[in-house]
Amino acid sequence: MTTYAPQPGSAPWPRKVLAHSRMEFKLLVRNGEQLLLALVIPLGILLLLGATGLGDRLPLGDGRAIDQAVPRVLALAILSSSFTSLAIATGFERRYGVIKRLGASPLSRTGLLAGKIGAVLIVQVIQLAVLMGTGLALGWKPVGGAQAVIGVILTVLCGTAAFASLGLLMAGVLRAEATLAAANLLYLLLLVGGAIMTPVDEYPSGMQSVVRLLPSAALANGLANSTVEGVIPWAAALSLALWAGVLGYLVSRTFRWD
Amino acid sequence: MLRFVPVAVEIEDLVVRYGEKTAVDGLSLTVAAGTVTAVLGPNGAGKTTTVESCEGFRRPDSGRVRVLGLDPIADHDALMPRIGVMLQEGGAWSGVRAVEMLKYVATLHTHPLDIAMLVERLDLASCGRTPYRRLSGGQKQRLSFALAIVGRPEIAFLDEPTTGLDPHGRREIWQVIRDLRDDGVTVVLTTHAMDEAEQLSDQVHVVSAGKVIASGTPDDLTEHHKKSLEDVFLELTAKPERS
Repeated sequence: MTTYAPQPGSAPWPRKVLAHSRMEFKLLVRNGEQLLLALVIPLGILLLLGATGLGDRLPLGDGRAIDQAVPRVLALAILSSSFTSLAIATGFERRYGVIKRLGASPLSRTGLLAGKIGAVLIVQVIQLAVLMGTGLALGWKPVGGAQAVIGVILTVLCGTAAFASLGLLMAGVLRAEATLAAANLLYLLLLVGGAIMTPVDEYPSGMQSVVRLLPSAALANGLANSTVEGVIPWAAALSLALWAGVLGYLVSRTFRWD
Repeated sequence: MLRFVPVAVEIEDLVVRYGEKTAVDGLSLTVAAGTVTAVLGPNGAGKTTTVESCEGFRRPDSGRVRVLGLDPIADHDALMPRIGVMLQEGGAWSGVRAVEMLKYVATLHTHPLDIAMLVERLDLASCGRTPYRRLSGGQKQRLSFALAIVGRPEIAFLDEPTTGLDPHGRREIWQVIRDLRDDGVTVVLTTHAMDEAEQLSDQVHVVSAGKVIASGTPDDLTEHHKKSLEDVFLELTAKPERS
């Protein structure tokens, strides 16, 4: 009998990456806290701002409250999936030896990273669909047509690259518990102080020059400019791409695979 | 007459340090293809570090490691599909179900073993849908063993494969390891259990304080079973008596 006779070989790259993305997505859907962060909180904020009149009393930016609320809540959702969820999940994967185990599998390190990004993008498609659908039901009127669509996709991709790098940087350096705490803390700090819900111009003048440089400000402004003004937000995309470059470089230098 | 035996693993003068601490201190050994080789030693002897150097996790401070002729670090992506790795602990998401994890790792390979056969053989059917965090120690160990062999590797590196198993589970794993060898798989295992090394291995390397202090077949080392491997080990690692 030759049941175990060696016949090694790596599955094709796309199959491995897809299998990994599917796996991470399934695990995320099973995890209540992750779903809370990815969907329930942004949806709750959108309903508060768009359906109760609260949006008209808060400094969301010029124009109708719902038109500002939708892109800003989208930015918050992108932050949660590409940064907070990814950082926490990766931190615990390292703790549980998953990173180590898969590092010694045919998946390869690039495959693992690609699979993770794939899972984040699947989540984001669902986030965008649910939040935009809710926004439209609440009277959201995006402008700009194709320009706006390109602007949103470009901003989401650049923002995901930047924030995923930040998440991996944290998960690669800190212990799992510290990553959990720091990722949640930063999420809250950026929500309030990172020009996500409130445009940079509404901040005290002394803070504006700093806040303007944050990737969270670029993400929210990029999405707002796309759907409120109907332009492709090149400056925001460039800012996010620069953040992604710097943070990605740091990840490549510091991430530990065991 | 010279007999050509292909070498599966070749370690020469390996040194690995963690900061100030030297975990492996000039260790050399070779593993012939198609054999079961035990790296035997007490906790902290450097067994895991040695095996992890073969798996590409540890960069040697000096010395040379070759697995199937490849450098585990420089040739990482070429080597990984050809080896199977059983970590000493962990290696799965806390929420993943046992068989789901096995199927996932199988999809990373071209010709994985039949999942149903493996589940049956390693007695994982009753916990197939149980999340990893709720598996018993023995179930985790059997799953981890399954993950190491599901891709039909040429070499399986098993780090303490039977720690925490009950006697029945232990015998089961031993039998699968023998079957692996009979089917042509090279097995490198670490253990501090003397009977495991004695029962299973063609070759034993006794490791202490980061060095190989004795090598041979279990028969050689025990002088044709006049002594137990445990006695031999205690003699080898005894502190020199004062005269």
